[in-house]
This record gives sequence, structure tokens and C-alpha cells, in this order.
Amino acid sequence: MNMIQAINSAMDVSMQRDDNVCVFGEDVGFYGGVFRATAGLQKKYGKTRAFDTPINECGIIGVAVGMAAYGLKPVAEIQFADYIYPGLDQLVSEAARLRYRSAGEFTAPITVRSPFGGGIFGGQTHSQSPESIFTHVCGIKTVIPSTPYDAKGLLIAAIEDPDPVVFFEPKRIYNGPFDGHYDTPVTPWAKHPASQVPDEHYVIPLGKANIVRGGGDLTILCYGTMVHVVMDSVKTLGIDAEVIDLRTLLPLDMDTIEASVKKTGRCMVVHEATRTSGFGAELVALVQERCFYHLEAPIERVTGYDTPYPHSLEWAYFPGPVRLRLAIERVMEDVSGEV
Amino acid sequence: MASDKKRRNLPSLELYVPEPKFRPGDEADFSDVEVLPAGETRRPDTAAAHDEMHDLAYGLVRVLGDDHKAVGPWDPKLDPDTLRKMLRAMALTRAFDQRMFRAQRQGKTSFYMKCTGEEAVAIAATFALDRDDMTFPSYRQQGILIARDWSLVDMMNQVYSNSKDRLKGRQLPIMYSTKQGGFFSISGNLATQFPQAVGWAMASAAKGDTRIAASWTGEGSSAEGDFHSACTFAAVYKAPVILNVVNNQWAISSFSGFAGAEATTFAARAVGYGIAGLRVDGNDALAVYAATQWAAERARTNKGPTLIEHFTYRAEGHSTSDDPSQYRSADEAAEWPLGDPIARLKNHLIALGEWDEERQEAMDKECAEQVKTAAKQAEKNGILGHGLHQPLETMFEDVFEEMPPHLRKQEQEMLAENRAANNVAKTR
Repeated sequence: MNMIQAINSAMDVSMQRDDNVCVFGEDVGFYGGVFRATAGLQKKYGKTRAFDTPINECGIIGVAVGMAAYGLKPVAEIQFADYIYPGLDQLVSEAARLRYRSAGEFTAPITVRSPFGGGIFGGQTHSQSPESIFTHVCGIKTVIPSTPYDAKGLLIAAIEDPDPVVFFEPKRIYNGPFDGHYDTPVTPWAKHPASQVPDEHYVIPLGKANIVRGGGDLTILCYGTMVHVVMDSVKTLGIDAEVIDLRTLLPLDMDTIEASVKKTGRCMVVHEATRTSGFGAELVALVQERCFYHLEAPIERVTGYDTPYPHSLEWAYFPGPVRLRLAIERVMEDVSGEV
Repeated sequence: MASDKKRRNLPSLELYVPEPKFRPGDEADFSDVEVLPAGETRRPDTAAAHDEMHDLAYGLVRVLGDDHKAVGPWDPKLDPDTLRKMLRAMALTRAFDQRMFRAQRQGKTSFYMKCTGEEAVAIAATFALDRDDMTFPSYRQQGILIARDWSLVDMMNQVYSNSKDRLKGRQLPIMYSTKQGGFFSISGNLATQFPQAVGWAMASAAKGDTRIAASWTGEGSSAEGDFHSACTFAAVYKAPVILNVVNNQWAISSFSGFAGAEATTFAARAVGYGIAGLRVDGNDALAVYAATQWAAERARTNKGPTLIEHFTYRAEGHSTSDDPSQYRSADEAAEWPLGDPIARLKNHLIALGEWDEERQEAMDKECAEQVKTAAKQAEKNGILGHGLHQPLETMFEDVFEEMPPHLRKQEQEMLAENRAANNVAKTR
């Protein structure tokens, strides 16, 4: 399966198992979603369980909160993460706080799926990575898969989770892993082992990172599309780096991160999102607090620049192979000056 | 941009900023407020097409006339026992408000909001709903809980944020929540409950349930985007929901003109969304009951949502933190042409020969006693800032169902810091 098929399968399996699971959003029903993620679900489960909505993100999320209060398990789609902001009040002030403010009497076990990230010439409003807006909100879990296998297991876990989950899908890797070499054609998922996705139900627990590659010299923390870009750079440069795909940003698997950095003594954080107050800042702070005496070099951040996502200058903005190589060289530089 | 010669002779544009008619010191005069006589507005079938009832969005459903008799097609013809129960719930709500307002002034809690003058809007509506219909109130519908015989002590525990507060002292006073009472957790964020009520109603319909949802928001909050979201979704999916706009003329210091009232009615918003709209005398308990009953039947028979504007007046300050004498005429409440909802229902019962002033006086006294007894009981569980609160570590519970490691760590840090602070205090 490619990532879209895996996501579709996760919803299919969840709807099959639980009558309370319903999916909705703009173009989600009859058409099956602009990225085809919900294709076939309306035909299979009917219009009351898979349906189209008005173009109103506040309504989509507000209605989802009300449905959840009734007892349903809504899976709402926001067509692009760039358009989640009209629904932000309902997510931040309502979904995230409902359990706390009602002392557990009312809960909002909703899943908000949304394609995110750049690398597709999406310009300013089809490329953003707003994850740190959500990791800053107490009461919301934030999940980002990087492979079809993970996408299905994590999405099922998100749907079954009793708390609200924002599930960001890196649209750049819907059809195949993207290594950052934008000038060469993308390889489809079929050639990647993580495209082997079971048809049946399985879960990847939230809050558990995945060590994509073990290594002893440097820890690289990343998620989403950047996992593949990082892996390619590590391979090309022949660095013995430990690459950790965080998978869940909140709750964060700090134990895995801490053990890795204490082993390697060096740490680099990579994300597409803009730098200032991005999720990388939290990662850097945590690694600094927990691993200070093990660090042999300052922690590096390779991120999007603090600008809106540009259209024509996309590949200068995107944290691709060149920027990664320079950062890896900096972080691997010995205090004595030797590489 | 000023170079276009053809435009030079046009007059300058002027920005219009609405202004209420009366400010402090002015004599309030509401003689130009159009109040239709009771019984004049027609009552269509609950299955009527929304576009056949546009007149109702500009009319005013009234049952109780100046002679305190119930007249016209909207008379719900309630039996005297029900009327007395409704009157009692309204009187009890007012007594509760008075006591809690005083408690705030005495420093027993940080904050309170009264619903004086608007008791009918919540209470008569609740009497017309089923006990298991779900309500999504704003902060001024404490009457719903009282109409559903909810424990006054439990409400006060919340106001006092004490050791028995079910919400564990996390919420500002009056932000009640009870699943058992069919009363959705109140949020400080205005109008968010409106689309949530629509979602609840959609879920009920999708599941083939028979329960409906009702929500309340103020006329000020109807300017929020959530109001538009709610009306759009309610109309699109014909959701079994009643959307109440309580037009009490004031949003803190802003008069209803800032929510658009100078141009049209709030019930008329329904016309544009293609849903049924009713405009009701919000101080007429029978009219509120009848309109809610009508909307509930419409919702229950899959005929879709109703938007009800309750035309009323916020007789007191917005909250304990507000002083209305700073922005409106002091005699407005007394001059308000629709009177007081409790007095009007009382006079109706008297006109029916089912009540008298002595019984009213006795009932008011009884309500005050009931509230006083409840307050004494609640105060035993603690008042704000007097040490009787929930254990410190409860601060970290219920953020998520299971406490994640980072919160567990912060909990341990907080407890250690608190122990350290106590030790420092002891050594001084």
C-alpha cells in the first residue's frame, strides 16, 4: 500500500470494528477526498458515517466535539493543515480542555486528520507544518507518520485513543518516500519494505518513537518527510548516525531520545517547520536538560526558515541534502577542530 | 489614488458607529420598542416549510397579555401545578443568584454572574424539553439546572471551588458541568457550544435516537463565527437542535446594535440559513415554553432545527466585575416594556385564581431558606482561598485520560517544590 491506501485502510478497519467511528470533512464523502484518503468509505458505510461537510473548519471541528460528547468517535479531515486555523478555537479551547474542565465527565475522543508539509510547490497555503502550535496545547496529542505501515497503525491508535489527536499526514510522501532530491523522479512506495501493510487491524502505540537506523556517532531527531531526507543524507555521507523517527510529538518518547543522545554525545534536530518556537526548540531544550554532560557539541537545528513558505524558492527553503550535509559537518566537528 | 478627477465632487464617506439611545443620566424611554399585543402572532404547524414562516422571525410570540391572561394560538394551556412548579424554579433561581452574588461580595468566591430578568429563557424552555434532551448552555442559564432539580449544594460547591467541587476547582465559578443533568460543560469561549450542540444533534440523528439538543448564546455572541458555523451545519443536515439567542440587549457594555440589532432581528438570521426562526417575548414564560415545545416537536419529527430569539433584558450587571451604571441609564430595567418574567407568571396564576400574594411571599421565603441552608452546607466544604480545596496533584489529572511521562514529572516537581516551600515556612 502507499500511504494514502494505508490511511484509507485504517479508517476502513476502524469503521468496520466500531459503529461509532464516522468520517467527514470537505469533499470526503462521495468524492472520497481530494487526496483519495476516504475513497470508497461512503459507498461501504453509508452517508451517515462518511459524509461531505460545508467549507467551514470551525464547524467541522465544533461538530466533531459535539458528536464525541454524544458518544461517537469522529475522524474529521481538514483538507490542508494550512486551513486548520479557523478550527483552532474549537481544538484548543474545547477539544483539548473538555476532559480537564469537566473533570472527566465529558471527553472529546476526536481525530483530526490533515495533510501537511511542503516539497510539492504548494506555496504559502499548501505547505505549512503547524505542529508546534498543537504541541504547545495541553490536552492534544500530535502524531506524524513517515511510512504507510506506521500511518495505518498510528491512525488506528489515534482513532481508538480516548483523547483528541491531531494526525498530520506528510502529503509529499503519500505516493512514495522523498529523499530530498527533487530533480530525480520519486520512487513509489511499492519498492519500500514499509509498504507491506497488513489488511487487518493493528496498532502502533502513540508515544513510542522508532529508531529507523541504529548508530553510535550522532543522534538525529526527525519525523514525517524529513525521516527519508535524513536517511538519504546519512547514507550518502557514510555517517554512523542513529536516526530516530519521533512518530508522536506529544506525548514524546523522551526515554528513547535520552538513551540515544547519551550514547552518541551529539544531537541534531530536523523539521520542515519554521525555526523560531518550532518543535525543534522543545527538543533542543529537553536534550540539553537531560543530556548536558554527555554532549560533545552544540545541538544543531535544521529547519525551514522563519519566513512564509515560498513558491518558486521552495528548494532553497526546504531543509534538503545540502543543508543537512553542512549541519552534519558542523555537529560532527570535534572541539579540537578535527573532523 | 486622489488623482481621479471624476471622483473629486463626491462627498466624503462617513463611518457609522452605533450608539445606544440612553447613557448614564439619560431618562430611558422604550415607547418606540415595538411590542405586539399578546396572541397576535400566528402559530404554524410544526411541519411548516421554513420559507412559509418568515413573518415569525420579525414578529413576537406572546401569550400573556397586559391583563395577565393567556391568549392566542401559542397558549400552551399548562395545568396550574406545572405553572406553579415553573414559577418556583424561577423564584429559586433568583434567590440563588442573590445569595451567590452576596457571597462574592463577601469574598467567599472570586466571581459570579446573575441571570436576573432572564429566568424564563432557561427555565420555561427546560420545562418544554425532555429530561434526557441535551443542553449546551452559555454561562447565564443556571435556570436549566434548577428547573431539572439539580442539587443547589453541588452548584455552590462549584462556585466556591471547594473540596466537594466535582470540577476540582479547575473552572471559574458558574462554569457548571453535569452529564447526568444533561448540562454540557460550560466554556469561557463564547458561542463554541453552538456548533457542538449541532454535532450532538447530528449524532443523535445518525444513531436513530429520539433525543434532541438545545443550545443558548447571547445576542452579542451571535456575532462570533461559531454562530454561522452552527446555523450552516444545522440547516445543511436538518439537525434536531434548538438554537436559542438570548437577546438581553447588552453584551457587557456593548448594546445589541454592535451585534447587528439596528438592522434586523436575531430571529431573522434564520431566514438566510433556511431554517425556522421564531422571535419570542423572553419575559413571558408561557411564550418561551410554547416556542420551545414547537421547536422540539419540529426537531423530533425530523423537520429540522429552529432558531429562537428570546427578546429580553439583562436587568443587572454583566457579572460581579461589572458596573452597568458606567454605560447605561439606571432606569432601563424598570422601564423595560416586557416587565419581569417572575412577576408576569405570578400575576397570571393569580388571574387564574390559582395563586395569591401571600402564597408568593411564603414561597419566596421558602426559596430563600432553601438557598441559605444549601449555602451553609456548601460552605462546610470550604470557600475559595480558605484551604479546603482539592489535593494539589489533582491539577495534573484529566489533561489526558492517562497521565503522560512529562506531566508525571511536572507533578513530582510541583510536589517537591511545595514541600520545600512548606519547610522554608516552618523554619521562619
